[in-house]
Amino acid sequence: MIKFTLNSQEVISLAKANERLLDVLRNEFSLTGVKCGCKEGECGACSVILDGRLVNSCLVAMGHIEGSTLVTIEGYRGTDRFAALAKAYAAVSAVQCGFCIPGMILASECILAQNPNPTEAEIREGISGNLCRCTGYNAIVEAIGIAAKGGQGLW
Amino acid sequence: MEMISKSTKKKDHDAKISGRALYVDDHVMDDMLYGRLLRSAKAKARITKIILPALPTGYFVVDKNDVTGENRVAIIVHDTPVYAEDTVEYVGEPILMVVGPAVKEVERILHAIVIIYEDQVPVLDMCQSDTAFFNYNYAKGDIEKALGAADRVISETFQTGYQEQAYLEPQGLIAYPRAGRMTVRGSMQCPYYVHAAVAKALGYEEQDVQVIQDVTGGAFGGKEAFPSILACQIAVAAKKANRPVKVIFDRREDLEFTSKRHPSLCTYKVAIKNGEITGMDIDVLFNSGAYTTLSAVVLQRGLICANGVYRIDNLRVAGRAVKTNTVPCGAYRGFGAPQTFFAVEMVMAHIAKEMGLDSLELKEKYIVQQGDATSTSGKFHFHVPLPEMIQRIDELTAYRAKRKLYQNQTGRYRKGIGMSMFFHGCGFTGSGERDIIKAVAKLRKNADGTVEVLASNTDMGQGIKTTFCKIVADTLGIAYDKVYIDNPDTDRVPDSGPTVASRSLMTVGGLLQQAAAKLKKEWLEGKEQVIEEHFSEPDFVIPFCLEEFKGDAYPTYSWSVNAIEVEVDTLTATTKVLGAWGIFDVGVPVDMNIIQGQMQGGFLQGIGYAAMEQMDYNEKGMIRNNSFSDYIIPTAVDVPKLVTEILNNPYTHGPYGAKGAGELPLVGAAPAYVEAMENALGTNLHKAPFTQEDTMRVLQGRR
Repeated sequence: MIKFTLNSQEVISLAKANERLLDVLRNEFSLTGVKCGCKEGECGACSVILDGRLVNSCLVAMGHIEGSTLVTIEGYRGTDRFAALAKAYAAVSAVQCGFCIPGMILASECILAQNPNPTEAEIREGISGNLCRCTGYNAIVEAIGIAAKGGQGLW
Repeated sequence: MEMISKSTKKKDHDAKISGRALYVDDHVMDDMLYGRLLRSAKAKARITKIILPALPTGYFVVDKNDVTGENRVAIIVHDTPVYAEDTVEYVGEPILMVVGPAVKEVERILHAIVIIYEDQVPVLDMCQSDTAFFNYNYAKGDIEKALGAADRVISETFQTGYQEQAYLEPQGLIAYPRAGRMTVRGSMQCPYYVHAAVAKALGYEEQDVQVIQDVTGGAFGGKEAFPSILACQIAVAAKKANRPVKVIFDRREDLEFTSKRHPSLCTYKVAIKNGEITGMDIDVLFNSGAYTTLSAVVLQRGLICANGVYRIDNLRVAGRAVKTNTVPCGAYRGFGAPQTFFAVEMVMAHIAKEMGLDSLELKEKYIVQQGDATSTSGKFHFHVPLPEMIQRIDELTAYRAKRKLYQNQTGRYRKGIGMSMFFHGCGFTGSGERDIIKAVAKLRKNADGTVEVLASNTDMGQGIKTTFCKIVADTLGIAYDKVYIDNPDTDRVPDSGPTVASRSLMTVGGLLQQAAAKLKKEWLEGKEQVIEEHFSEPDFVIPFCLEEFKGDAYPTYSWSVNAIEVEVDTLTATTKVLGAWGIFDVGVPVDMNIIQGQMQGGFLQGIGYAAMEQMDYNEKGMIRNNSFSDYIIPTAVDVPKLVTEILNNPYTHGPYGAKGAGELPLVGAAPAYVEAMENALGTNLHKAPFTQEDTMRVLQGRR
């Protein structure tokens, strides 16, 4: 039994300690917003926020998260910060195929939580662990900048 | 900017950004089984025996003997087996599938199966192949005379490698039988391709097969023909098990065994007389891999582009797509054009050097103009905006000044800049649209005044849901919110053709615009109405004849000029992209953000192709770059902000002036990048990708 806080709720998982967090989130908790793109920590599609830090959930073993606090896109999408990011991404049509997007949004949150006024270079660094094959990154970088500007006080 | 170009919120934005959009792997059905493919470990062998372990209840092994229709996948030529027969032709060829309720148990069974092979000698190197799947040639003028009369003939060979689409969502499908029918759903570009293939493999009537596209996480050509193969394999399994079967590839499987861009070798012999280019004799070789898939049409497009954007009166082009015992290649954004555009742009750069000119100066002398003949003796019917694009790039980058500045550099860090100019023929090559596809699109107006778009084109991220709805809403003069479109389901939508060849918006969008105009005229308040439109070729087109390779291969062309600036660290051989600029003419953008997103995304894939996306097979014929740790695609820190501008050049026969867009931005990045590397390194280069290792080789060779 592994106890942790998932999207503001205390939960208990019956998964084994050596199971992947990614698989447990998708299969046991039906959190399908967490995407599987490589299972090797290279693409970032499965990003979640673990105790305030962005992690690839494919590289986290369940045994590691006892007592931790975890946020996935499903928990994040009800927040004002999400609304600001969603609006900014929409304004520049930064979402194409969408498969990287839940991870990208959580990466955006982690950038802005650390630094509410990031430079372009800092934004690029902050999303460099999240691959996007569609956009060339321009629009995503721009969207995070727009959210930073428009979301004064949110972060 | 035209009114229609003003961007709107994309139809699928809310679902995707919130993580609510369901991709195929997010669907779970009752009693669903999971499948994994057992693949050949040999590049060429006869299978002499398959030893199966005892199977637990509820687990099945599915192979060629379970194919109730024909054991062939309907692509263009029907040579790809659904499951291997007596021989295997490449490492990774599917032999059988194990299906069952628990993935781990499926994998255990898979590992317990023993295949006994009788080895045969594979052909891996395309130069050693004696089997040409396809062989085309065409000519105009008199190339023999031009070569004979030349002061000199410059002869060079250029090489390009594999490129993997690397869509973020791996391949995946679900098949399920119901009431004597078979449904296949999942990640795909072309529902009707899958539909035809599954019907043939199962031996079903077409009405007994249903195909539904799920939200698709990128495709770039990689989900054009490949899902037809996987769909047949899964449908056969679902029929045998009489249960739903889901197969989702893992990344390694996807990188190793799905179709990629064809590696190429292009040899150019260029005749020069009195300082003028008088002819080109071009030989193109594409590695098809073990089966034909889409190689015929990929090769055709490559050959048509072989002389680039230049007026070459004496031209001979010959090309072969050859068989090797390697993974079958297929469609990837650009579809044969990136290979030959790379070669022709590089050969022009090298000729210019021989003549003591800058490459731009030479290229400008030969750029085609409106009214000129195309390579295949068709016609450039419309304005060719390359001169103003070159001027704009020069304004943005100080290109001509930098080319001079970067000559003869010394020191550790050396800069370079390069330029490419190119087109992309819009839509299907040749007469395919008229003779084969015969697209149909429909609008259904509901009693409440909402309108549904019914077309088989899929949104894989490129935004077709949004642009289709914008065209229909604007033509009808109703709100964008009143027009909607679902993911295509072959039970509900007509066959408006595949989502390929930069055709959807130009061709099917045009049909929808016509349908909307008709609906507006016939609009009856409170009544349900259906309008259907069929494709007809524009009158101005000179019909293309494939046998002679003559005529208009495309009704029109999208145009672009790219420039890329680099800085090479001669100590570490690393290269930094300092800037990348692209001017694009795709007609009128139906949505500016969407078009900018297409241009930027395609441009970066092109830069990846040029600089880092190295993939090859080993001595056993296995793809060795099978993870994102060693098949490197660009991240956000690998490039600065890409500068992309849209030049307004409306296409009179496209909806709102639009023409093909999706593929264009990938086509020219490689020659611009490699020319920049030449500029920095001060030597001629002949291959793409040009990686850090290649740079190191040049630097070490110099010592």
